[in-house]
Amino acid sequence: MNALTTQNVSTLTKLVKCVNAYSKRLSSHFIYFPDNEAPLEGETSKMNMMQAINNAMDLTLKNDPTAVLFGEDVAFGGVFRCALGLQEKYGKDRVFNTPLCEQGIAGFGIGVATAGATAIAEIQFADYIFPAFDQLVNEAAKARYRSGGQFPCGGLTVRAPCSAVGHGGLYHSQSPEAYFAHTPGLKVVIPRGPITAKGLLLSCVRDRDPCLFLEPKILYRSANEMVPVDDYTLPIGKAQVLREGDAATLIAWGTQVHVLLEVAQMAKEKLNVNVEVIDLMSILPWDEETVCNSVKKTGRCLISHEAPLTSGFGAELAATIQEECFLHLEAPVSRVTGWDSPFPHVFEPLYLPTKWRCLDQLEKLLRY
Amino acid sequence: MALKCGVRVFKLNTIRQAVRLLSTHSSPEAVQNAKVGDFPGARAPYVTELKFLSEASYDPIPIYRVLDHNGQVIDGREEPNIDKETLLNMYKTMVQLSQMDKIMYESQRQGRISFYMTNYGEEGIHVGSAAALSPSDLVFAQYREVGVLLYRGMTVTEIVNQCYGNCEDPGRGRQMPVHYGSKQHNIVTLSSPLATQMPQAVGAAYALKRVPNNDRCVICYFGDGAASEGDAHAAFNFAATLDCPVIMLCRNNGYAISTPTREQYRGDGVGARGAPLGLRTARVDGTDPLAVYRAVAAARGRALAHNQPVLIEAMAYRVGHHSTSDDSTAYRPAEEIHKWNSEESPIRKFRQYLEQKGYWDVESDEALFKEARNRVVKTMQEAEKKKLPPWKEMLEDVYYEMPPRIQKQVKQMEDHLKNYGEHYPLDKYQPE
Ligand SMILES: Cc1ncc(C[n+]2csc(CCOP(=O)(O)OP(=O)(O)O)c2C)c(N)n1
Repeated sequence: MNALTTQNVSTLTKLVKCVNAYSKRLSSHFIYFPDNEAPLEGETSKMNMMQAINNAMDLTLKNDPTAVLFGEDVAFGGVFRCALGLQEKYGKDRVFNTPLCEQGIAGFGIGVATAGATAIAEIQFADYIFPAFDQLVNEAAKARYRSGGQFPCGGLTVRAPCSAVGHGGLYHSQSPEAYFAHTPGLKVVIPRGPITAKGLLLSCVRDRDPCLFLEPKILYRSANEMVPVDDYTLPIGKAQVLREGDAATLIAWGTQVHVLLEVAQMAKEKLNVNVEVIDLMSILPWDEETVCNSVKKTGRCLISHEAPLTSGFGAELAATIQEECFLHLEAPVSRVTGWDSPFPHVFEPLYLPTKWRCLDQLEKLLRY
Repeated sequence: MALKCGVRVFKLNTIRQAVRLLSTHSSPEAVQNAKVGDFPGARAPYVTELKFLSEASYDPIPIYRVLDHNGQVIDGREEPNIDKETLLNMYKTMVQLSQMDKIMYESQRQGRISFYMTNYGEEGIHVGSAAALSPSDLVFAQYREVGVLLYRGMTVTEIVNQCYGNCEDPGRGRQMPVHYGSKQHNIVTLSSPLATQMPQAVGAAYALKRVPNNDRCVICYFGDGAASEGDAHAAFNFAATLDCPVIMLCRNNGYAISTPTREQYRGDGVGARGAPLGLRTARVDGTDPLAVYRAVAAARGRALAHNQPVLIEAMAYRVGHHSTSDDSTAYRPAEEIHKWNSEESPIRKFRQYLEQKGYWDVESDEALFKEARNRVVKTMQEAEKKKLPPWKEMLEDVYYEMPPRIQKQVKQMEDHLKNYGEHYPLDKYQPE
């Protein structure tokens, strides 16, 4: 962990609520907009998202003696090193490798939680979560309901790296949130950077229901923020308005939030309009109130996600928005997403919902 | 899997499986009085002593080898009868593979390709098995079996083009590097999710066996880690219960990324799961191409003559890092690797064998290495110049026929590029 430094709170512009305008270019497809508002007073430390997740798990293992952390290659820290040093610190019976079997990892985690302990299960890539689909969708999600509340498995949190990295191809790039969003009983959460990762992961770990925590892997090392070193949680089911505006509402989660923040900046510069940007943060349950209040105010809405268009989570948002905000809408709700194909390797720059595609669509939306 | 030596066992011809469950201390009287329990799920003798079996109840499955570490045949009767040309072809494939691995690994380091995985230490498994098969046998692979592809006749050019994902990649640049496939060479295109190919291989074998006068079998390669997936168990069980002509070949190289086999499984390796499930099973020295050859040739004979599924566990060591994304010094001592790079190196062993037979010498070897390296370098230079496939291929092959909804998306992207094309690396892709 980096040396502890106190947070240097920069002056916030009027429009940017808690996002730093001094963003950093990370890859061809987005610029990172760090949070610069700590959710907690006190000491902070510069952390990337991998370190913030490591820190949240460290706090969990320290404060909850029942907590265990496991998955493929987790003993040496996991392939993305989020568990780095935790086995040395807490021992092999608390932080350990499992055999290579995702259905086993999820089922084992459900068992740990059923017996009253806290389970943090790592799936190496979200693309490999599907062997565990049955355990998560039919078991974890339905445990409380089918037992009349006798055997819930809220102690389970499943972490999985997701989304595009520039060269992941079909099986190291997917964003599978929509599959799980169709599952009453699960909670599905996606952070946009280190501060949200720590607060949301700690919420998931303590939540009374099983949670799927999807970590946009491109942010692990590249996104740095001043993260409070103490324990804090961010509420599951609450979206954040990152930038206020009146011309349109832009909604995303994970990496795509940063794409839309740049689009908002471009809209200001090129079109001279102020658009509102919302990070949904929690896919299931999702924050209908924040979203609909914003769309009622702006009358226009653009949703963007990396996953394919058809039956992506944007569809659920769009349907609800039309229902709740119909009389306020000045244009149909727009979606800019990955195309309806598997995630392609060399075509990634043309597959992603780039800032240019979002801006193009935003212009149409404003002109409608 | 044999019961531990010296143990007296019942001789009940009809009960093969039951033999394994017997108490190791049964007295002869018990044998005489034994009654056979006849349940739908098992037919086995009754005993009155409760006994749990353990790992120690069985001898470990022995490791079959033909060559010692100096490339000398240990028992002349076991030396397979392979002609000189084939033997040299096997060796040349191993060398070509190792040189390609070296250069491609380096090229990833230089940012020329996005990813790579080497095959070091497992070359003997590849050529030994490939040489024992017919080119028409269907291959389902994991990823670390590139020697099989080369031996089958896939060219370095085809392999390098796939890694570049350029317009000559048959996979159309859609998959990450090392995800090869070739209809022509009967190699089913690889996919990253582990072990998914295993039950698929069994299904393919079932379909082949129903073809009149079938003369093809299926071989399925998988790692010691992949063997832990649920699909692996499904594959073994389906292969046995449905009598499929399939060879399940486990490359047990000691690691699954950082996870050593000690944390992957208990008991006697992956081989221990074969016989109890009804697969003919053998364990071989995977650093010995001749041992692998003999085992796979025999397995192929069984598969085709009797539709018998066979499990072969080939023991080796993953000499390289897991992939270009991995640094194995974080979880294993560098000294551990040494033995597998020297005395147990399959390439070295096999070269010594060929030299002893008078088929090979130092000069030929130097020339071969040079030629192998040059071929890769030259191919890479060509591959680098080639454009990527036309961008619209991104949305082709999702279905046999492109549905209207995807057609609409192609149109949307076309329209978008009319105004915003300058922001995309369109010059990298072939024009339509
Ligand atoms: C279902 C699934 N889970 C996880 C992974 C990530 N992964 C890729 S290779 C690998 C290790 C495989 O080890 P093994 O089967 O022993 O083969 P080896 O790499 O040693 O040749 C893992 C965990 C994957 N590709 N698919």
